[in-house]
Amino acid sequence: MKMEEELLAIIEKNSRIDLKELAVILGVAEIDVVNALQKMEEEGIVCGYHTMINWEKTSIEKVTALIEVRVTPQRGQGFDNIAERIYKYPEVQSVYLISGGYDLLVTLEGKTLREVSSFVSDKLSTLDTVLSTATHFILKKYKDHGTILNLKTEDEREIVTP
Amino acid sequence: MRNPVADVIVGIKPSGIRKFFDIVTEMNDKDVISLGVGEPDFDTPWHIRDEGIYSLEKGKSHYTANTGLVELRKEICNYIKRSQGIDYDFAKEVLVTVGGSEAIDIGLRAMCNPGDEVIIPQPSYVSYEPCALLTGAVPVVIDLKEENEFRLTAEELRAAITPKTKVLILPFPNNPTGAIMEKKDLEAIRDVIIENDLYVMSDEIYAELTYKEKHVSIASLPGMKERTILINGFSKAYAMTGWRLGYACGPEVIIKQMTKIHQYCIMCAPTTSQYAAVEALKNGDKDVEEMRMEYNRRRRFLLNAFNEMGVKVFEPYGAFYIFPCIKEFGMTSEEFAERFLKEMKVAAVPGTAFGNSGEGFLRISYAYSLEKLREAMRRFAIFVEKLRSEQK
Repeated sequence: MKMEEELLAIIEKNSRIDLKELAVILGVAEIDVVNALQKMEEEGIVCGYHTMINWEKTSIEKVTALIEVRVTPQRGQGFDNIAERIYKYPEVQSVYLISGGYDLLVTLEGKTLREVSSFVSDKLSTLDTVLSTATHFILKKYKDHGTILNLKTEDEREIVTP
Repeated sequence: MRNPVADVIVGIKPSGIRKFFDIVTEMNDKDVISLGVGEPDFDTPWHIRDEGIYSLEKGKSHYTANTGLVELRKEICNYIKRSQGIDYDFAKEVLVTVGGSEAIDIGLRAMCNPGDEVIIPQPSYVSYEPCALLTGAVPVVIDLKEENEFRLTAEELRAAITPKTKVLILPFPNNPTGAIMEKKDLEAIRDVIIENDLYVMSDEIYAELTYKEKHVSIASLPGMKERTILINGFSKAYAMTGWRLGYACGPEVIIKQMTKIHQYCIMCAPTTSQYAAVEALKNGDKDVEEMRMEYNRRRRFLLNAFNEMGVKVFEPYGAFYIFPCIKEFGMTSEEFAERFLKEMKVAAVPGTAFGNSGEGFLRISYAYSLEKLREAMRRFAIFVEKLRSEQK
C-alpha cells in the first residue's frame, strides 16, 4: 500500500493523531507527511477533519431522517441542478444519487420531528422537479461512519500469557 | 501411600510466565497496563466467526476425520503452496491439530526416542522443553545472542550437535524476541542440518506477521521438505486463539505416526473451528494484511520510543514483540519487571520466562492499541529517568 493510502486510512479513523507520531508509525519523515497532507487537502481528497459525536448521550435533542426523493431529471443537467437545490439547505447533511427505485437519498437533521416534517412538506416536496418523497426517521444509531456506538471495549484477555 | 504423581512431570518446573501472572493478579489494580499478552488484541474477523456460527446452525456438530476436514486440509495446502511454494499432499502430509501447541507435543512424541537430543534455541516459547522432556528426550539449549539479533547461526548449531541429536526446533518468527530468520540465515544452517541428518520442527505460527520481507519456511529450501515438520495455525494470523486450531505439514512417515497419537488422544480438532478456518484461508487475506499493517505501525512506534529513551533495542522484524535490553539498570529481568509493575503499573514479562538467555531483556507485546502503548511508553520513560538518577 502506498504511503498516502495508509495515511488516509489512519486519519480517516483518527484525524487528531500527532504529526510526529504519524511519521513514526508510517516509517517516513515528518515533512513527507506534512507535504502529503497539504497536497491531498489542495486536491480535495482530504475534505475536512470532523468529529464523531454520539448526540444521543448529550442533552441536545436531534432528529435525523432519511428521505427518498424521486425527481424528473432535467435536459442537459441530469440530476446535478436539483441536487444542488437540495444540498444548499444547511439542515441537509448529505445528498446521494442512488440507483434503483428512487433517485436521491437525502439525510436531514432537525431539532424536532415537526421541523423535519415541515422541511419536507414546505421546501422539498414543493420543488418543481420533485415527483415524490418518502421520509424515514432514524430511531437509533448502532454504527455510524464505521464506528460502533456504545461499544464496550473491555479487554477480555488474560493479563499475562505466553 | 504411594506417590500419586509421576517423577517426570514433577521434575518439570512451572512456567516462568505463571509466576509473573500471579504477581500481577495479586496486585489486582485496575490501573495496571499490561504489555504481557501473547495473543492478538483484535477479535476474530466477523466473516470468520459468522462461518463458525453458520456451521453450528447447519448442525455441523459432529467429529470430523481424524486428520481434519478434507476441505480444510486442501485449503491449507493451497495456502502453503501460494505462500511458500511447497507442495503438500492433503491426504498424507497434513494434520489439523488443537492449536500449534498440540502439533509441537505430538510432533516430538512421534519423532523422539528416549535419550534423543532435541536442540532448542532460546529465548523461545515455553512449551518446547517440557514437551521434549515428556517424551524422554534430552533438551539441548542454544542461547541465542543479541549481537546476532537472536537469530540462529550455523556455528551455534554445529557446536550444539552430538551423535545423539535428532531434532532441531526452529522457532521463527520468534516469541519473545521478534527475531526472524531470513532466507540467507536459513541457507546457512541448512547444510549443517543435512550433514548431521537432523529433523527440523519449524514453528511458524507467526509466519504472517513479518515486517521486512515475507516469511520463508526452511521447508522450502532444497532437501529440507523431507526432514521438516512445518507447524502453523490460525491463532496469530487470524486472531483466532480461542478457537484452538493449528496444523502440521510434513513427511508422510512422521504425519502418519502423529495422526496415531492425535487419533487416540484427541480424536479430531474442534469441528466449528475447522469450518471457520476454511473461511479464514479462503477469504481472510485482507484481514491479515490489515492487522499486519496495524502491528507494523505499533512496532515502529515502540522502536522509536525506545530509541528516544536511549534504551538499547534491536529492530524486531517479526511476531508482535519487541525485546529491549535493560542491562544498563543493573537489575535482573525479574527485578526490573517487578519494580516496573509496582512503581509504574505496567506489566511486561521478564525475558527469563523464555529461557536463561532472556536475562537482561524484557518482552514487550504490541498486541495493544496505540493509545495503550503511548501511555505505557510514557510510563516507561519516567521509570527509565528515575532509574538513571538513582544510579548517579
